[in-house]
Amino acid sequence: MIKKLLLTGCLIATSFIHASQAEPTSARQTELHNLLKNDCGACHGLTLQGGMGPALLPEKLAGKPDELLVTTILEGRKGTAMPPWKPFMNRDEVVWLVGVLRNR
Amino acid sequence: MNKLLLASNNVGWADDRKPNKLMLKMLYPLGHKGFLSSAQPTILALMLSFNVLAEPRATGDLGLIIEREDSTALIINTTEHKQLAKITGLGDLSHATVVFSRDQRYAYVFGRDGGLSKIDLLQDQLAKRIVQAGNSIGGAISQDGKLIAVSNYEPGGVKVFAADTLELVADIPAEYAPGKRSKVVGLVDAPGQKFVFSLFDAGEIWTLDMKNPQKPAIAKFKNIGKEPYDALMSPEGRFYIAGLFGESGLALLDLWDTAAGVKRILPTYGKDDDKLPVYKMPHLEGWAMAGDLLFAPAIGKHEVLVINKRDWTLLKAIPVLGQPVFVMARPDARQVWVNFAMPDNNHLQIIDVKDLAVTNMLTPGKAVLHMEFTPRGEQVWVALRDDNQVVVYDTATLQEAAPRLAAQHPNGIFFSSRAHKIGF
Ligand code: HEC
Repeated sequence: MIKKLLLTGCLIATSFIHASQAEPTSARQTELHNLLKNDCGACHGLTLQGGMGPALLPEKLAGKPDELLVTTILEGRKGTAMPPWKPFMNRDEVVWLVGVLRNR
Repeated sequence: MNKLLLASNNVGWADDRKPNKLMLKMLYPLGHKGFLSSAQPTILALMLSFNVLAEPRATGDLGLIIEREDSTALIINTTEHKQLAKITGLGDLSHATVVFSRDQRYAYVFGRDGGLSKIDLLQDQLAKRIVQAGNSIGGAISQDGKLIAVSNYEPGGVKVFAADTLELVADIPAEYAPGKRSKVVGLVDAPGQKFVFSLFDAGEIWTLDMKNPQKPAIAKFKNIGKEPYDALMSPEGRFYIAGLFGESGLALLDLWDTAAGVKRILPTYGKDDDKLPVYKMPHLEGWAMAGDLLFAPAIGKHEVLVINKRDWTLLKAIPVLGQPVFVMARPDARQVWVNFAMPDNNHLQIIDVKDLAVTNMLTPGKAVLHMEFTPRGEQVWVALRDDNQVVVYDTATLQEAAPRLAAQHPNGIFFSSRAHKIGF
C-alpha cells in the first residue's frame, strides 16, 4: 500500500515537471508503447536491438540531438526504409517517445 | 506413421509388438514372474512412454504458431484445430520463421536474436537450441534435409549447421568490400544442395553450393539492384526472384542459366511516381507463384502486381487496400490472399485469379500478421496479433471453419507440409 502511494506520488511529481510539454494521456502512452513495440519493432526489433533499421538503444542514440530524432520520426528519411509517422502522432507525442527511447 | 513413432519412442517395440530382452530386463529387474504379463502391450506401452506419448501421433498435419512476445511456440493439430503443446524458451521471436525436417518430426525455428531452436513435434519438447548470431532474419533446409542455413543481419552472413546436431558446418560472411558485411535476406534452398540469398546492403545475389560441405562453393552476382529486401524461389526450384526496395522492379536469377546473370523484371514500373510510405516491409515467398503468374506486392504503391512468368512482363496491377505484406496463392492457385501493413492491417483481401480482381474483403480482427493454407487449400489459418487469436477460414465460403484458437500475440503460422516444398 505504501509502495503504491509512493509510486502515485512519483507519477504526480513527474507530470508536474513536464507540465509545459503536454505529456500524452496515460491511455495514449499505452498506445504509443504498443506502437513502439509492434510497428517500430517490425524494423527496429521488438527489443529495439535493431533489424532492418538500426538499434534504437539509449547508448546508440546518446550522441544524437533530440531535434534530429524527432524530425526523423515525424518526417521519415527519404531514400531509406524509415517512413514518416506524422499521420499517426503529433510532435509532442514524438518528443515523449524519444524520451522513452533514451531512458530505456 | 507407425514407423515414425517407433523410431522415436525409445520404446523399441519390434514389429511384432513384443518388448525385447533388454527392455524386459529394465522393466522386471527381479525377473518378471508375478509381475505384469508381457502379453499386455498397452500397459507396457504406457509405462514405457517416458515422454507421455499416450497415443501414436502423426506429424504430417501438425504446425507451429509463434507467440512473438513470450518466446513460445504452440504445436497445433491442423485437422482437429487444437493446441497440443506449448514450447517455451525460444528467445526473441518478434520476427521468426520455421522450416521442417523431411520426416516432419522436427521444426527449426529461426528467431530474431540469432536463436536456432529445434523442436521435436513427436515428443512436444525442445530438442536443442543454439544462439548463432546477434540478429537474424530467416533460414532454410537443404535439399537432402541434412543442413540448416541461417541468414544473419549481425554479423551479416550465412551460417550452415548440421540438421541433426546443430553443429556448425560452414560460416559464410557476407563481406562485399574489405571489412564491410551486409545484412542477408531472402535465403532459400535450391536444387543441387544449394542455397541462394541476397545482400541487402550490397545489392548482390549469392549462390552457395554445399554438395561438398567441407568446400562450400560460392558464386556472386553483383549490381542486381539496390536494397533487395526479400526473395522467393519458384516452386520447381528454377527462378530466384528478389524484391528491391531502393529501386524499381525485381531481380531475377534463372538457376538453369546462371551464365545469363541476373536480369531485372519491371525495371521502370512506378519509377517516377511518388512513393507512399511503407510501414512494414513486404515478404516474398514461393506461394506468390500461381501457375504461369507471379503475384508480387508493389512497394510504396497499394497494388498487387501480376507478372507473366513466360516473358516476365506486367499483366496487370491490381489496386488493393494498402501496402501488401504477404501475397499468397491458395495451393490450387484460384485465389490469392493479401494482408497489409499498418494502418490497414485489420483486413484481408482476396483476389480471384480467374478475374484478376479483388472479389472479397474480410475483417477478422486486430493486426492480421500472417496466414497459412492447409496443404490442399480448403482452409486458411490467420494470425491476429492484437486479438490474441488465430482464425480458421473455409476458403470457399469465407466463413469461419472452427472456433478461434487462443494464442498470445501470434505472428506466424507454419504447417509441417512445408517440409516437402522447395524454397521453404
Ligand atoms: C519499415 C521499416 C521501419 C519502421 C516501421 C520504422 N523504422 Fe525507424 N528507421 C528505419 C531505417 C531503415 C532507419 C535508418 C535510416 C537511415 O539509414 O538513416 C531508421 C531510423 C530511425 C531513427 C534514427 C536512428 C539514428 O540512429 O539516427 C529513429 C529515431 C527511428 N528510426 C525511430 C523509429 C520509430 C520511433 C518508429 C516507429 C514509430 C520507426 N522508427 C519505425 C526503418 C523503420
